[in-house]
Amino acid sequence: MSRSFKALLALAALGVALILWRLYAGLGVTTAMSDGYPWGIWIAFDVVTGTALACGGYAVAILVYILNRGNYHPLIRPAILTSALGYSIAGLSVVLDIGRWWNVWKVPVMIRNWNVNSVLLEVALCIMAYTVVLWIELTPAILEKWPDSAISRRALPILDKSLVWIAALGIVLPTMRQSSLGSLMLLSGPKLHPLWNTPLLPLFFLATCLAMGYAIVVFESRSHGRVGGSVLRTLQQIATWSVFIFVVARFIDLGLRGEITRILTLDLYGVMFWAETALFLAPLFLKDLRGAILLLLAGALYRFDTFLVAFDPGPGWSYFPSVPEIFITIGLIAFELAAYVLIVKTFPILGGTAHQEN
Amino acid sequence: MKTDRRSLLKGIAAATAAVSAAPITALARPRKTAGADAVGMLYDATKCIGCKTCVVACKEEAGLPADTRSNRLYDAPDGLNEYTKNVIQLYKGDNEYSYVKKQCMHCIDPACVGACMLGALKKGDYGVVSYEADTCIGCRYCEVACPFNVPKFEWSKSTPKIVKCELCKERLAKGLEPACTTVCPAKAIIFGKRDQLLKEAHDRIDRNPNLYFPKVYGEEELGGTQVLYLSHVPFEKLGFRFDDKRAVPDVQQTIQHGVYQGFAAPIALYAVLGAVIFRNRKKSPDEE
Repeated sequence: MSRSFKALLALAALGVALILWRLYAGLGVTTAMSDGYPWGIWIAFDVVTGTALACGGYAVAILVYILNRGNYHPLIRPAILTSALGYSIAGLSVVLDIGRWWNVWKVPVMIRNWNVNSVLLEVALCIMAYTVVLWIELTPAILEKWPDSAISRRALPILDKSLVWIAALGIVLPTMRQSSLGSLMLLSGPKLHPLWNTPLLPLFFLATCLAMGYAIVVFESRSHGRVGGSVLRTLQQIATWSVFIFVVARFIDLGLRGEITRILTLDLYGVMFWAETALFLAPLFLKDLRGAILLLLAGALYRFDTFLVAFDPGPGWSYFPSVPEIFITIGLIAFELAAYVLIVKTFPILGGTAHQEN
Repeated sequence: MKTDRRSLLKGIAAATAAVSAAPITALARPRKTAGADAVGMLYDATKCIGCKTCVVACKEEAGLPADTRSNRLYDAPDGLNEYTKNVIQLYKGDNEYSYVKKQCMHCIDPACVGACMLGALKKGDYGVVSYEADTCIGCRYCEVACPFNVPKFEWSKSTPKIVKCELCKERLAKGLEPACTTVCPAKAIIFGKRDQLLKEAHDRIDRNPNLYFPKVYGEEELGGTQVLYLSHVPFEKLGFRFDDKRAVPDVQQTIQHGVYQGFAAPIALYAVLGAVIFRNRKKSPDEE
């Protein structure tokens, strides 16, 4: 075990200990959340930002399966793996965050109780279904490790045949989910600042998550260098220009809603708006890895702002994450990274063949 | 082949647009009106003497403990919280003051009910917004959604519930009034059918136009509420931040219904994508 891997395991273990404390003691002592800010970083970061960072699988699936770009094919397994881990961690965060977690099984099961008006229900069902889909998409990679086993010989052809319909689900579900993440905050109505509160939120969340998906693939591929530079450059261009269109659309939307003058007020909201805009536009000028990182930061900040900064429950409330909240999030990320390293070393994920590091 | 793919792409683009952009063309959702059986309360800040008898009566009826966190001595909640479904607060200006009673407003078109995944929060008999812990998973989306910050979460417990005024629904079922209206010595909070309370409120303003701020809060605000307010000071001073006439779930549900009408758009998108992937797999992927 390398030293950094041990560090990841230590952070993950600390996270597990804090999680047990949270389950035992409740959310009041362990987190900084309150009735004013009922959602903290576990939702705004782990779930909303985390699953957008985990959109690589979604973004590459569109390229490979729909646009039929075979040269992107080596990207699909690492992207799907990152997505599967990202969505699983997001799901775990939700379970930690909800107060009555032992009731969570009722969400997919109690169909008669489904409130079809609830965007959160849709988000929850999509997150569950998509996580399952992602792991199914990953199963061939795991089974290929033992190509001659009985299970593999039976399951692989079936999986290969059903891939079409699973892959299609792997595009429909995140489309629904990521757009609905935007709709989620529409229900906070007047508590959401007008710079962010637009009926276009679902569309904006979808556009930025796709861009973030391509950026994360660029980011990952640069680190293991399996895919040619021209492919990555094209991906980056797609991401950069799609957020450029998003930024323009955002200004037009502000104009149409008559809220455009608010960007001139340099209060917290105005500053955050311009910080987002600068980060979204910077990749036009900064290429390669730096551009991809800025794009990821831009999308992350946009989500963070929409869920926390732009949300104003009124005077007297404030929120800054508690130490346990932060270390549980760090622990989950550490676990995710450790699992990624372990899976990539064990199974044929990178470039379709078993990949040896070191 | 190239043109083929382009036409397919157009199909996908159209389906995607149908899923994500339908809100723009979706029809506006009709405004909800109070049911014929809708009851409510009328609070008149000019009559309230701030005695907090209603707070005590509410705690007794709901079986909630005293909130002694601020003074370690007696029940003194600083607002609605996990121990308090009903509270009296004081607004103090330069030359004026007013008490204000806070509890669930029992919205005609409640955001919390729209938020709730499994219908733990529901609009029930008499239009009361009621809570059932059995189907609650504690996600707190109701708290995010409520424009009045009414639902409260039991942060101190490891098996928490949502705490909110349910207009003493068990008492209503027995033909009784809510606890708070029963005990109010100043008749500052009264119970009745919503339409009658609304008429009474307007009558009071008409009889005493110099006393009252000329508005019944809750008549139309945020889609209308079943608890109505009269005051001698502007309502924002009493903590009512919003006077938007639109119900909170309006925008979001208009979009949601537009996109997911009969679930047609996602199914169409799924079918189109499946067909495209199926086609693509038959051809050998193109290499650059």
